[in-house]
Amino acid sequence: MAADKQYRVVGTRPIRHDGVDKVTGEARYGADIHLPGMLHGKVLRSPHAHARILRIDTSKAEAHPDVKAVITGVDLPQVADKVQDLGEMVVNLKDESNRILATGKVLYEGHPVAALAAADPHTAEEALKLIDVEYEPLQPVLDVRKAMEPDAPILNPNQRTSGIGAGDGKPSNLARHFRHERGDIERGFAEADAVIEREFITSMIHQGYIELQNGTAHITPDGRLTIWCSSQGAFSIRDQVANICNIPLSMIKVVPMEIGGGFGGKTGVYLEPLAALLAKKSRKPVKMTMTRAEVLTATGPTSGSYIKCKIGAKKDGTLTAAHVELYYEAGAFPGSPVGAASGTCLAPFKLDNVRIDGYDIVVNKPKTGAYRAPGATNAAFATEGVVSELADQIGMDPIEFRQKNAVQQGDRRADGPLFSKIGHVETLEATAESPHWNEPLEPSSDPAKKRGRGVASGFWFNGAGAATASISVFADGTVSLIEGSADIGGHRASCAMIAAEVLCLNAEDVKPQVGDTDSIGYTSVTGGSSATHKTGWATHEAALKVKAEVVNRAAKMLEVDPDEIEYHDDATLSAASKPDAKLTFAQVAARANSTGGPIVGEAGLSTGGAGNAFGTTIVDVEVDVETGKVDILRCTTVQDVGKAIHPSYVEGQMQGGAVQGIGWALSEEYVYSGEGRLLNASLLDYRMPTTLDAPLIETIMVEVANPAHPYGVRGVGEVPIVPPVAAIAEAIYNATGVRMYQAPMNPAYVLSRIQGKA
Amino acid sequence: MKDIEYAAPRSLDEAAAILNERGSRARPLAGGTDIIVQVREGCRDIDILVDVKKIPELSAVQFNRDEGLTLGAAVPCYQIYNNAEVAQAYPGLIDAAILIGAAQIQGRASFGGNLCNASPAADTICPLIVHSAVCSIYGPDGSRAVPVEEFCSAPGQTVLKQGEFLVSIALPPPKPSAAGRYLRFIPRNEMDIAVAGAAAYVELENGMIGSARVALAAVAPTPLFVAEIGERLAGQDITDETLREAGEIARAAARPIDDMRGTVEHRKELCAVLTRRALKGAIERAQENA
Repeated sequence: MAADKQYRVVGTRPIRHDGVDKVTGEARYGADIHLPGMLHGKVLRSPHAHARILRIDTSKAEAHPDVKAVITGVDLPQVADKVQDLGEMVVNLKDESNRILATGKVLYEGHPVAALAAADPHTAEEALKLIDVEYEPLQPVLDVRKAMEPDAPILNPNQRTSGIGAGDGKPSNLARHFRHERGDIERGFAEADAVIEREFITSMIHQGYIELQNGTAHITPDGRLTIWCSSQGAFSIRDQVANICNIPLSMIKVVPMEIGGGFGGKTGVYLEPLAALLAKKSRKPVKMTMTRAEVLTATGPTSGSYIKCKIGAKKDGTLTAAHVELYYEAGAFPGSPVGAASGTCLAPFKLDNVRIDGYDIVVNKPKTGAYRAPGATNAAFATEGVVSELADQIGMDPIEFRQKNAVQQGDRRADGPLFSKIGHVETLEATAESPHWNEPLEPSSDPAKKRGRGVASGFWFNGAGAATASISVFADGTVSLIEGSADIGGHRASCAMIAAEVLCLNAEDVKPQVGDTDSIGYTSVTGGSSATHKTGWATHEAALKVKAEVVNRAAKMLEVDPDEIEYHDDATLSAASKPDAKLTFAQVAARANSTGGPIVGEAGLSTGGAGNAFGTTIVDVEVDVETGKVDILRCTTVQDVGKAIHPSYVEGQMQGGAVQGIGWALSEEYVYSGEGRLLNASLLDYRMPTTLDAPLIETIMVEVANPAHPYGVRGVGEVPIVPPVAAIAEAIYNATGVRMYQAPMNPAYVLSRIQGKA
Repeated sequence: MKDIEYAAPRSLDEAAAILNERGSRARPLAGGTDIIVQVREGCRDIDILVDVKKIPELSAVQFNRDEGLTLGAAVPCYQIYNNAEVAQAYPGLIDAAILIGAAQIQGRASFGGNLCNASPAADTICPLIVHSAVCSIYGPDGSRAVPVEEFCSAPGQTVLKQGEFLVSIALPPPKPSAAGRYLRFIPRNEMDIAVAGAAAYVELENGMIGSARVALAAVAPTPLFVAEIGERLAGQDITDETLREAGEIARAAARPIDDMRGTVEHRKELCAVLTRRALKGAIERAQENA
């Protein structure tokens, strides 16, 4: 279906179904769970970034009358060295087990060492002091380049480099080195009129979701485990707990609670296995909730990185070659998003000569997790930055430069795959024609304030996958929709709209909810911008089944052949041979039990054809050249959204991505001491943008339908975070004449660059 | 978190008795925006919080143009900036009152609490210093007065002795052709702690600087009163060069550290810029106030 197809419901802006609950406080999040006899669990965490655990003595804690269970690493079952796919991340189960509770060594500050459950959270917290742990502190490794030095302390003595450079047999912090190579970069650089090579550094940063990680576990005497938690995928949580705790997955039910932000950070388990083990040991329900400091030190932020980028171009703007070296922090265990970085970093550009080297490196920081377009923003900061510099050097408009090199359907992405239908060219055109780009930026009247405008593009793959949706018709002519995707971005409303579209109902006539793992079929994690694609599609199929059944029932009621029934746009049904007997959907619904039984439709599918996303950001900044402070004056996000099912939530995703990009660019960073302690583990000092730090983000939706999807959907949630860091760097350059090679571009860095010191 | 006791004395003597008896295990509670967080996060180990808000002297605001302002130590920020007379008389104080936290915090947080918390980065202390404010202290031995610039002795520490607490802060009456200004530098635009701050107070005489006081935040172990700037500026014409010199004195006087909020180099640079801008702002207000 083409994006210009006319819909009744799809593309409108109904009020979201969960909206009233959320604004009135009725919505139930993980922390709202209270069960009779429930205990509270707390985690004892390593104060060291790198240390050997010599001894753990839990006897005093166990003797405490209000402490009902204590666990350490030995309480976790031995798990096999095998790999599990979490949707956006692939993890090794042995590493995961070790991450949940350390054995032998602690590898980052905050690494869990023990956990206990007590009658109330305060007692639990105080009782942690009764657990005695003896450590032998080791030298921490905090920087990817230092981690690769020959004499660097080794985190895991059993780790050998895989991929390129494998086989020397020595333990290494470099977990993997891979390369994508095509053409001849030496020849390409030789053909260039301008070649620019730069190095970029970015800090580890956090997703910054507001809701803290939580999990409540209850095991019944027959061994059935129920977990209530907020996550990006109840089925994924179930499967991770099953693997880590060695419990058959059919014995576990995960009940998804409403989620207060995830951005990728709520795909992995942290507390759920601990709560399950404590519940098993204490025979009571156990609830666990993190503090903000625990969230910042010990969940999965995204990688800091060191990136070298060399790109060549001819005088006419044609790119001739690119070589990108991506060194990504994995955190304490392998698995940084460097693979995704390699696939995204040069994706917007047509290139025949390319080499991309990826390095996945362990350091004594928390194991990184997914964060909105994992890996892509760091890499785009480098590649888009060098491209902007090249455009500037050869004297070409930055959008025109990108248009000249823009990929289209049939072009080959730098790391190999061929592009199907994409909207990069259309997005760049919309950018060039946008009001923002065409309105001049007025200078400030204050001589200390310099203004500049920047632009950059970005790419994200998008995802598809397994999903289930189930629709039941209520006797009053409305329908229930149960679907399996955790709703982090408003797709519940989109799925309801799709069901309404198919059944010719109003969006309000559909009552959507997210089911638990026993009540709906398997649905893969809400990640990779896949949920509206896959679960929307499953909903579409389920609704078609309901529609077919409604036609059958109408035929029975009218005593005609089903083929004769016409299903009209106003949800009425008629047969040509019975012109006076028109039925409404509600009339058919009311008679369901006497015409064949309840009307239900269910669909489970594994979708493909995600449809890639491209976005471009324009940003205006004002730099105080005496203090180095950067203010964002205006920001516009232009994006190919495929088909916006609910435009408000698409715009919301675009704005949210842009704001997170602004934080990444200007103020967010993990600040570690030399000993590897996180110095800013609070939202006071981990500086996310406040409402006063970001203007209202302007959005321009470009709709190039994804031909592989019934509604043309492409994922929209991730690509808007990709370009802003590079765009802001370019804007600062245009304001001050100084290039930025570090994120965040905090005031101290910006001022030192302006003053020529860094 | 362990259980802690709570007391709410209704008189100065009652409070002094509890604080004296419990010594370092006790801590006064005004708005609680620092102390409750410190106790909850395990940064401060105490047994009892002594709520001082029920003591009349600590919750009173007294102002008249002849005698000046006496600010009870527990008076929250919102009562200060919502008091039109006070706001008009001491705009340099209001600069600080409106940028501490957001509305919810301003409903609780007090200047007195900010002073007793004795953070080098405190936003209210430097404006109090440049307004020549004086602390009124009460304890087992009765009352005593200490200028605000002498009140903090180290990060988190004050001159208060066992059993003593802050009752109020007194500011001299406002003068014509005089005004204060406080500027704080933070990387964001809200909800942050000063990387550096500068407060300035200027009295103009015949279009020239009669006298001036400057104090710096977050660049020394305690809020830093830079008397040398006042000495240099007294009797000077208002020129860009004079203000630039004042900034350079501030830069030289600052003794900052590197931490997660800023670098030594950046903070020294900010001292020069903020001092110049705060003086300029104070002068402009003083000119309007002529």
